[in-house]
Amino acid sequence: MAPALAAERLVKRYGRVEALRGVDLTVEEGELVGLLGPNGAGKSTLVKIACGLVRPSKGSAEVCGHRAGSLTARAQLGYLAELFRFPGWYTADEVLELHQKLARSDGGAAERAELLELVALSEARHRRVEGFSKGMAQRLGVAQALVGRPRLLLLDEPTSALDPVGRRTVRELLEGLRDRGVAVLLNSHLLSEIELVCDRVAILLDGRIVTAGSPAELSKPRGVEIETAAGIRTYETAGREDVPALVADLVAAGERVYGVRVLSSTLEDVYLEAVGGETS
Amino acid sequence: MRELVTIARYGLREGLRRKAFAVVLLLTVLFLFLYWLGDHYLFRDVAHIQPPEGIEPRTFAGAFMVGLAMFATLFLGVVLAVFLTLAAVRGDAERGLLQPLVVRPLGRSKLLVARWLGAVAVCTPYVLAVYFASMAITGLTGHWWPDRIATPGIELAAAVALVAAISLLGSVFLSSIANGIAVFMVFGAGIVAGLLGTIGHALPSRTLSHGARIAAWILPFEALYEDGLHEITADTTSLTGFLLRLGPFGGAEQGGTTLRLWAAAYLVLVAAVALAGFSRRDL
Repeated sequence: MAPALAAERLVKRYGRVEALRGVDLTVEEGELVGLLGPNGAGKSTLVKIACGLVRPSKGSAEVCGHRAGSLTARAQLGYLAELFRFPGWYTADEVLELHQKLARSDGGAAERAELLELVALSEARHRRVEGFSKGMAQRLGVAQALVGRPRLLLLDEPTSALDPVGRRTVRELLEGLRDRGVAVLLNSHLLSEIELVCDRVAILLDGRIVTAGSPAELSKPRGVEIETAAGIRTYETAGREDVPALVADLVAAGERVYGVRVLSSTLEDVYLEAVGGETS
Repeated sequence: MRELVTIARYGLREGLRRKAFAVVLLLTVLFLFLYWLGDHYLFRDVAHIQPPEGIEPRTFAGAFMVGLAMFATLFLGVVLAVFLTLAAVRGDAERGLLQPLVVRPLGRSKLLVARWLGAVAVCTPYVLAVYFASMAITGLTGHWWPDRIATPGIELAAAVALVAAISLLGSVFLSSIANGIAVFMVFGAGIVAGLLGTIGHALPSRTLSHGARIAAWILPFEALYEDGLHEITADTTSLTGFLLRLGPFGGAEQGGTTLRLWAAAYLVLVAAVALAGFSRRDL
């Protein structure tokens, strides 16, 4: 089966500015991939090419085996833009109904009710969007992206306006989608979110993928910390496999051991190392 | 087809919700009241006027008033059409309203056509309503009716539909404000062409008349308006007919079937350029 998203040697130029310089990226069915990078790295351009809003200058992108931007490709995906707005005079239910018609979804009222429930907006179903807070609008945006049961979900900063509870709701939602086989490409600046939910991470810098892999693959060992009665001892060169011997030595030397922590680099460390402190 | 109707209804609903629509409605009520007042006093006094030989005062007054109403109707219709469409592509994309719709599997051409249909669904009934209302006011107040009843109204509605298409085309390439200014300048150019034609007719100057005619055909909404003016006094001859060609804001000029075919071709041309531009536009 074709991957949910396959980008090959993608290049995008806006005049003299090269936003993408040969990006290869694959998102398999049921895979949750996080896209990281400083502002202007090309993340949004990549997502926009995938959903047909932007045409690549070179290279190719396919969604579920269909050319990105074609009607058949667009029928397979859901998209939440970084900057989006719904007509203020529509209610939440009407927004979803509009997108059901455009997505040719036959889910009807049941689908709308289920989606609003998923993003905790059931109570606001008949409220006009103009009265929504930023967080509510963003959750409605996520629900809109899920109309028609897409096979690929492209989310550009979906949690930027959400409070911690809202973020958790979206995170649980994404995990649920992965279990249902939906592929997700998640573009976010929130490293902790990416680290918590993503199977794989790609870091973009100046239009190129500079680092990619699972969070576990990307993290590096940073030593072992052992808490004893005399205080915390740090063994910078040690790894997980060294822990039994280290503890045995300490106990043999008459130390009392209260805790052991294997240290590894966080996604933030990996990110900062990859982008070299660049912000835009 | 279902998506086309959905987007057209979306545009229609958006149009009816906008404050511009309420403002135009208010201005329309005000205009119709003033128009009735003007008709009332004009036709009250028309019986006492001793015109030069060859002029039929009631025909002259009636045709002049309906011509004036046609210009006002065209202007209000154009204001409405421009405000409904000036931000349809680039403006809506900048506000983030367009992207969620464009990524749906309906095709950009369908989206643009639907937006035009939505605007036309608001503007053309409005234009027809104002045209027939003002004609009825003149008919009931002054007992004068145009030689052709429906054709001028239909041509006015078609002129406004053309302006809506030009505004949609502009919205593909220009920001909202720039597009609004550009379309009103194009509209103004059409009106100026009509005025030049009137001057050329009065002097008379064949060169000026010919130039104005070419300009009106380059901007066929103006030529449609002039043809509509011609239609209201199509059967009027002699000095009355000559003077009516000097009508307000562009004299009556016959366009006929050729003009109507050209207007249809022009619409297709504008649509083709707009669709080509929109299909290549990065959002």
